[in-house]
Amino acid sequence: MTAFVVLVEDRPGVLTRVAEVFRRRTYNIESLTVGHSDQPGVSRMTIVCDADADAARRLEAHLYKLVNVLRVDNITDRPAVHRDLALIRVAATPDTRAQVMQLVEVFRARVVDVAPATLVVEITGTEDKIDGFLETLRPHGVLEMGRTGRLSMTRGLETPAGKRNGSATAAAEQPGTADSV
Amino acid sequence: MIKTGAHILWESLVREGVDCVFGYPGGAILPAYDVMLDFPIRHVLVRHEQGASHMADGYARAGNRVGVAVSTSGPGATNMVTGIATAMMDSSPIVCITGQVGSRLIGSDAFQETDITGITLPITKHNYLVTRAEDIAQTIREAFYLARSGRPGPVLVDITKDAQQARCEFVWPAEPKLAGYRPRREPDPDSVNQALDLLHTAKQPVILAGQGVIASGATRTVLELAERAQVPIAMTLLGLGGIPASHPLNLGLMGMHGEEWVNTAIQQADLLLAFGMRFDDRVTGNVKTYAPKAKKVHVEIDPSEINKNIRVDVALIGDLRQTLDGLLPRVEACDRREWLMHIDALKGDAAVRDIKNMPDSGHLYAAHVIHDLWRETRGGAVVVTDVGQHQIWEAQYYHHDTPRSLITSGGLGTMGFALPAAIGAKMARPDAEVWVVAGDGGFQMTMPELATAVQERLDINIAIINNGFLGMVRQWQEFFYERRYAATPLLNPDFVQIAAAYGIHAQRVEHRREVAGAVQAARAHRGPSLIDFRVEQEDTVYPMVPAGNDLADMIRRPSPIVETGADA
Repeated sequence: MTAFVVLVEDRPGVLTRVAEVFRRRTYNIESLTVGHSDQPGVSRMTIVCDADADAARRLEAHLYKLVNVLRVDNITDRPAVHRDLALIRVAATPDTRAQVMQLVEVFRARVVDVAPATLVVEITGTEDKIDGFLETLRPHGVLEMGRTGRLSMTRGLETPAGKRNGSATAAAEQPGTADSV
Repeated sequence: MIKTGAHILWESLVREGVDCVFGYPGGAILPAYDVMLDFPIRHVLVRHEQGASHMADGYARAGNRVGVAVSTSGPGATNMVTGIATAMMDSSPIVCITGQVGSRLIGSDAFQETDITGITLPITKHNYLVTRAEDIAQTIREAFYLARSGRPGPVLVDITKDAQQARCEFVWPAEPKLAGYRPRREPDPDSVNQALDLLHTAKQPVILAGQGVIASGATRTVLELAERAQVPIAMTLLGLGGIPASHPLNLGLMGMHGEEWVNTAIQQADLLLAFGMRFDDRVTGNVKTYAPKAKKVHVEIDPSEINKNIRVDVALIGDLRQTLDGLLPRVEACDRREWLMHIDALKGDAAVRDIKNMPDSGHLYAAHVIHDLWRETRGGAVVVTDVGQHQIWEAQYYHHDTPRSLITSGGLGTMGFALPAAIGAKMARPDAEVWVVAGDGGFQMTMPELATAVQERLDINIAIINNGFLGMVRQWQEFFYERRYAATPLLNPDFVQIAAAYGIHAQRVEHRREVAGAVQAARAHRGPSLIDFRVEQEDTVYPMVPAGNDLADMIRRPSPIVETGADA
């Protein structure tokens, strides 16, 4: 598994261009999150895909070739925080509600909606933690579930832009790992 | 000043240095065509939009300028796709301008609507959909900048009809700066040192010269380096002409149809210096056994080519000429007499096997035609080839001494490329002698462009290497499919009569003794001229490395040459 953090220009069609780099080489994108970054006009993607290290180097170089891509970082082996957010609708009758609430407590999840026979629970965490939570809820009846996919950020002072508060332009001028052999 | 989008489009093109475009009008591009008449633009009316993109490509390759193709939306745009993909694979700088339905109709399946930016996304360096007149000038500026800088390539600009009609202030933008696009790279100094060390300590080095030599204008630089360090040079198909064929260090074509000694030299080398080439599978054969003893230095402008097909030891990313110019002062004179003599010895009886040294047996071989064409034109023509056997024979027997004198579809292998690309080449270099060398199959794919050549009064010469077969496919069937000739025999029209119908000077040649005279007559004729060379039907391109085989594992030229055909 490979994880990239990619900074792109926030314009129509950019997501397709990025996805195309993976699709045409028959890599499957396992998870993809896109949203605003700290810089106006720049979106931030976290892309997880089934590429090995060799393929990841090539994918990185090809991502860099896209005119709308500002910065690519392969964070697979870098210390990083990974978060996934899930909303889960779980059956909770008056008989089982207390048990469900207890599980919510243990996993540090939050109840965000209460209905007579169901609860909607929000949980953030690593993918493993959410998977674990889901398994424990399943016997009660999971009626619906949606997840954001992984959002990643490297730890410490290290930013994907290579320095603190790097602007998009400064980031683009940093030599990428595409330079290294 | 307030202008229409159409006006801004042409104003921008003229400011980018455009004086000639290849195109075909239609509904969604009509506002632009209407205004074109007010500008100093020569418009070449093609007969099919595929011709337009190939012509722009031929124009770009021959003239070292950005070629421009124009078409309408829908089928006009999709017809250009093959030419765009061809330009992409061979890094040719073209800008394709397509009309698009009105912005309010986009996505409604309007008449002649197609998502051409979606379609061309993987086969352009970049593309744009422009829906506002205000964005046209900036977009055209960026399109030309992207097409010609870095590793060149095609850029498509799709402009909605209402954007062409709307009015706005015309402002000519400054040189574009794109945050995510950095065409200029400097090689890492440590890598430069490593490359020099390898060059100086190698005993059996070979330079692999690709199209990058031509694109970056590095001919003299590469030659200086090769001469001082005494390194022989093997050529890719698209590299031909980048290093004079007559230069003693030039080994000639490498790869699938390279001479045996060239491939053997590569397999025995202890250092490969890859200059502006991309280790295409037609060049490497089996990558697992490719040049096993060689350290590899890759000088390349496109970082994504590094370690793509072949793992290299040192990568110098940057413009080839700039990079080598930086290296040159530190390149030491070397003596590699032993290695060069060894390669000479590898040639062995190759000359004896060479068909052009065979006595005239009464049969006309394509190799004869190409060899005589080379002699009669004194190697000075711009030859535009199609794809197939004749393409390789041309590469083997027409010795190109100058850059941009061979124009051919290498990467995509696009049949039908030659005639339109030659029209483009002639437009770019009106003083050059331009020859089309095409097979009877590929020629018929874009044959209607004969009318374009006539309408534009272009003095181009066309040599059809006519063997009544889709020859290269037939050859593969002969070698790898037990001679089961599925769908390769061709029933052709009489090309001489076809030409006559277009008002084109035409000759038929069936014997070797007639070749030189026919070539002379074609050269003497003003205006387009066609020669139908009726060559041996089942001739074979030798030598050949079957796809995926080790580079040294070749099907050799038979010796002495037997009557070809089924027994070849």
